[in-house]
Amino acid sequence: MSSNSLSFWEDSGNGRTGIMAWLTTTDHKRIGLMYMYVILAMFIAGLCLGLAIRLELIAPGRTIMDAQTYNTVFTLHGVIMIFIVVIPSIPAAIGNLVLPIQLGAEDVAFPRLNLFSWYLYIGGTILALVSLFTGGGAPDTGWTFYVPFSEFTTTNVSVAVIAVFILGFSSILTGLNFITTIHRLRAPGMTWTKIPLFTWSLYATGWIQVLATPVLGITVLLIFAERVLGVGLFDPNKGGDPILYQHLFWIYSHPAVYIMILPAMGVVSDIIPVFARKPIFGYKTIAFSSLMIAFAGSLVWAHHMFTSGMSDTAVLIFSLLTFVVAIPSAIKVFNWTATLYKGSITVDPPLLYALGFIFLFSVGGLTGLILGSAGTDIHVHDTYFVVSHFHYVIFGGTGFGMFAAAHYWLPKYYGRMYNKTVAKVAFYILFIGFNLLYFPLFIIGLEGMPRRYYDYLPQYQEGHVISTVGSWILAVGVIIMLVNLIRGFTKGEKLKGRNPWGAATLEWTIPTPPPLLNFDKEPDTSRKPYDFQGVTPDE
Amino acid sequence: MSENHEHKHHILSIKTAGIILGLLLMLTAITVAVSRIDLGFMNVAAALALATTKALLVIMFFMHMKYESRFMQGIVFLCFLILAIFIGMTFFDLAYRGG
Repeated sequence: MSSNSLSFWEDSGNGRTGIMAWLTTTDHKRIGLMYMYVILAMFIAGLCLGLAIRLELIAPGRTIMDAQTYNTVFTLHGVIMIFIVVIPSIPAAIGNLVLPIQLGAEDVAFPRLNLFSWYLYIGGTILALVSLFTGGGAPDTGWTFYVPFSEFTTTNVSVAVIAVFILGFSSILTGLNFITTIHRLRAPGMTWTKIPLFTWSLYATGWIQVLATPVLGITVLLIFAERVLGVGLFDPNKGGDPILYQHLFWIYSHPAVYIMILPAMGVVSDIIPVFARKPIFGYKTIAFSSLMIAFAGSLVWAHHMFTSGMSDTAVLIFSLLTFVVAIPSAIKVFNWTATLYKGSITVDPPLLYALGFIFLFSVGGLTGLILGSAGTDIHVHDTYFVVSHFHYVIFGGTGFGMFAAAHYWLPKYYGRMYNKTVAKVAFYILFIGFNLLYFPLFIIGLEGMPRRYYDYLPQYQEGHVISTVGSWILAVGVIIMLVNLIRGFTKGEKLKGRNPWGAATLEWTIPTPPPLLNFDKEPDTSRKPYDFQGVTPDE
Repeated sequence: MSENHEHKHHILSIKTAGIILGLLLMLTAITVAVSRIDLGFMNVAAALALATTKALLVIMFFMHMKYESRFMQGIVFLCFLILAIFIGMTFFDLAYRGG
């Protein structure tokens, strides 16, 4: 254990200073922050693209861009947000910051591999950006790269799919690192039933990353082979099967939704008991439900394909399996609610964002059952209903989960607190903007407004106008939230103690900000992670 | 730094290696023969079953998985199980399409 009193900001551990100390670091905290800074930059880029899409759709016909530009903008919005922002957001950024400390470890199991993962992530991100400005222009396939269009479009799909391949490798290596760390680097006494639920969620996520991501890697390479060599795997003229592509794509991309949402569920599971001052209700069932979601969620991919021409038998089986995933998800929501029941609740910003998650994720989850049910899916497939459902789950779920995690954990790492009142105001603006943006899309989706269309019938304009105004309110909320966080972490009040929220997990027992090797004394693993007896906030 | 965990390398006897080689050649002949018979949608299943058997023999004997610890065997088995589930469930579509 380190007896060094310097924080990880002052002690790089590699003898270097300045930017090189960061670029060559193997410290999980610095790597986590490097992920976060890139994710933040790309989130803002993706957000601007989203705002441009909404502005274009405020009225039928051309508003600010032509149809081809619109196709590339929504593809970019999807690729950036999914592969570069949401998938690495909580696991790679917050996971790196928190996971080793929650286990009582000095670092992850393979620190150099961890840095390599970051470089792969940066390489993939740069290549994705290169694909915009080279070759035949930015890809226009949507983030799903569906064949046969992706095989024949003259836009720069080949480079984009290689970028996704590299980003996938980064994700696999991070998952592998976390699984190994959880198995091998737990402090003495840190039994499986004492592991905080955030780390449990990362364990389940890690397995999906390791087992499902290679399928995506192979699939995007096959697109590359199709485009370059004309193999004909997905081309019916050559005996290929375009639906096979959809199977391969969704074998990864549905579990990827759980790579996105499971860590956010872990964040909520860690935050709620702290602000309810009660042990979490049903610790073991929440931990087990993460594994159940990871497993069952890997068997439901073809519910994205009910209208693709797939066999009716497959539609029946995948529809049934989809309903099975709702069970472990509901277990979590009920357990969070039960934890809040009769709790001594303090409504601080992390809890507000966590509650926002529960509400928005529930809306997203329940509308998912409408989509998972084959009969109703036929009606709403490829409409704005799907767009709205997806954003309620991913933005309302993972996005709000990430915001909750940032408000909860980042003060520990920066050693400063943001303005809590401004954080709450930002939440309410965000929450109102979010619902104004996405809820009308459910309605126009049910009325038949198809997704990805550049133009639409005038009957849908009212919903689009409300949605676009909502996007502006949401953007204001995001700006206020980010400015408040950045201002707080650079100029905010310094934290005096180690445990501003009165949490019981190990990361709150170490100095603020943490030292290079995390612990200044042997971690005390005798306490359960949600046992708050005798623990009080020391702010 | 000293190496704490010793690996006992199992040496495969010439006889066993020869038997496995013979089995692999025989299975290759069966693969060729089966490819000439039209089994309908079972064509792919038969080809995959034969290929899996051959791969299993190579992994178990030539790659020494038979002599590894239960944990290592379990991890490798898990990967193949996941792959089998992915391929198997895709057949819920392929096998019944147009039916």
